[in-house]
Order: sequence, then C-alpha cells, then structure tokens
Amino acid sequence: MTGRHSAGVPILRLGDVLVTGLLDELDDRSAMGFVDELTERIAREAATGVLIDISRLEVIDSFVARTLSELTTTARLLGARVIVAGMRPPVAITLVELGLKLHGVETALNAEAGMAALGWYRTNRLGEATRGDDAS
Amino acid sequence: MTPPDHRATPDLGTGPRAAAAVHRVEFPVRTEEDLLEARHAVRAATQEMGFGLVDQTRVVTAASELVRNAYIHGGGGTLVVERLRRPKGSGLRLTVSDSGPGIPDVEAALTDGFSTGAGLGHGLGGARRLMHEFAIECPPGGGTTVSVTRWTAG
Repeated sequence: MTGRHSAGVPILRLGDVLVTGLLDELDDRSAMGFVDELTERIAREAATGVLIDISRLEVIDSFVARTLSELTTTARLLGARVIVAGMRPPVAITLVELGLKLHGVETALNAEAGMAALGWYRTNRLGEATRGDDAS
Repeated sequence: MTPPDHRATPDLGTGPRAAAAVHRVEFPVRTEEDLLEARHAVRAATQEMGFGLVDQTRVVTAASELVRNAYIHGGGGTLVVERLRRPKGSGLRLTVSDSGPGIPDVEAALTDGFSTGAGLGHGLGGARRLMHEFAIECPPGGGTTVSVTRWTAG
C-alpha cells in the first residue's frame, strides 16, 4: 500500500467487467498509478470489458485525454473493451474546441448505457413480477 | 485619495489598450499540487465572476494546459490571475510565465499535433481557441509568457 501507486479509486469486478471511475482531484501521478493498476487488473482477472465513469470529471485537458486514449489502446491489446461513460456536456464542448477527438475511445451517455453496451442488462425486479402475479 | 480597495493593483498588462485589472492574485507552478491548486483558483474566480458552466470549463481547461506546459516544459513558473473590468462586462486574464528554454518555433507550437513533451500537442493551440485573447512572448534570453483572456457575455 504505497498510496502513491494507487489512485485511491475503487476498481470493482462484475463478472468479466471491471467498473471504475475518475475523480476531478486526480493529479498526474495518481492518473499514471490508476492506469498501471487498471492495466494489471485487466490482465490478472482476464477482464473483457472496462467501464470508466467520468461523470465527476469537471475538466478533461490534453493530458487526461491522452491518458484515456492510451489506456483504451493498452486494454484493447490485452483483450478488453473500454467504455468511458458519463462525460459532462461542458466537457464535451470544450474537448471539441480543444481539438481533441479521443480517437478510438468508446463512450456512453452514462454508466448504465455503458454497462448495457458491455452486455449487462437490468432485469425486472422480482418484486414487480410478484405484484403482477398477485394482480392477475 | 486613492480608492480604499487595498487589493487594487496597477495594470501590469500588455499596454494602454489593456483593460484595468481590478484584482490580481499570483500562484506558484512548481509542483503537481500547484497544478490542482491553480485549477481550483481559476474555477473559483470564473464562478465568482458569473461565467456560465461551459465558459468556466473552457477557462479552467485552458489554465490547466498552460500551467502544465510551464511545469513540464518550463521547469515551473507562476500563474497570475487577474480580473479585468471594461465598460461592457468583465474578463479573466491568466498569465503563465516560466523561465525555461522558451519555444524555438512558436508557429509550430501553435499547430495541433506539435509536442516536445508529454501531451498530445494540443495544449497551446487549444488554449488559444478556448479563450478570446491570446498573446505569447518568448524573449531571446529564454522563458515563455503566455497571456489569455476570456470575457463574460455581458
């Protein structure tokens, strides 16, 4: 537990998908630590999908954009598909004006849409099905 | 009698056409923590000045590009945040200076894709597009000073 190596961001595993996110307070060193940790987890756990929620990111500059691009490429080489979800609209506008297209990075409007793209679907809750049965 | 506002400082801007700076704060750009601190300060200033959310994001992103340039290429430097006032509205000017080797070819550095260090090479040109005014100085003796301004809609 070196503290510096880890970005302090949880990386959850749901089946063969890793779910994580980026915080706005991330400094450059922690961003690199996050990439290292996530890359290692993809390989070790043979993940086929990675969801990165960025809804907390208030700014994406060229450094963060490059980090996301490289992470996506690295993950693809390891057999995992990365989806970046939840970009804030002002961030999207700014990225376009900045001239950054995040080439090769798949995106989704929010985490739920991203998980669906990775093959996860929300099923009807048991309670609703039961109520339906009762009514009939 | 001078105005009682002790924060008021003389305009250190780029000539007689420059709007008056009514508030000026300086931040060091020496460590990674300074980069975050600079972003926070710029964000807070844009909020207090009433910039919209998209404009806030533009200005903070430009600030992030410029201070990172100074940190990575210039070996550190300073960020000066100035609030400007002109007859129609107010503005925020960011001036980032470093005493690094300077930029040998400014035109090339403003072209997308140019980079001599970490980054995609969109930093300088991107910061110019995100702001209303852009000026860069690279004196022969070395060092780089980039000054950018964005005005509120009013």
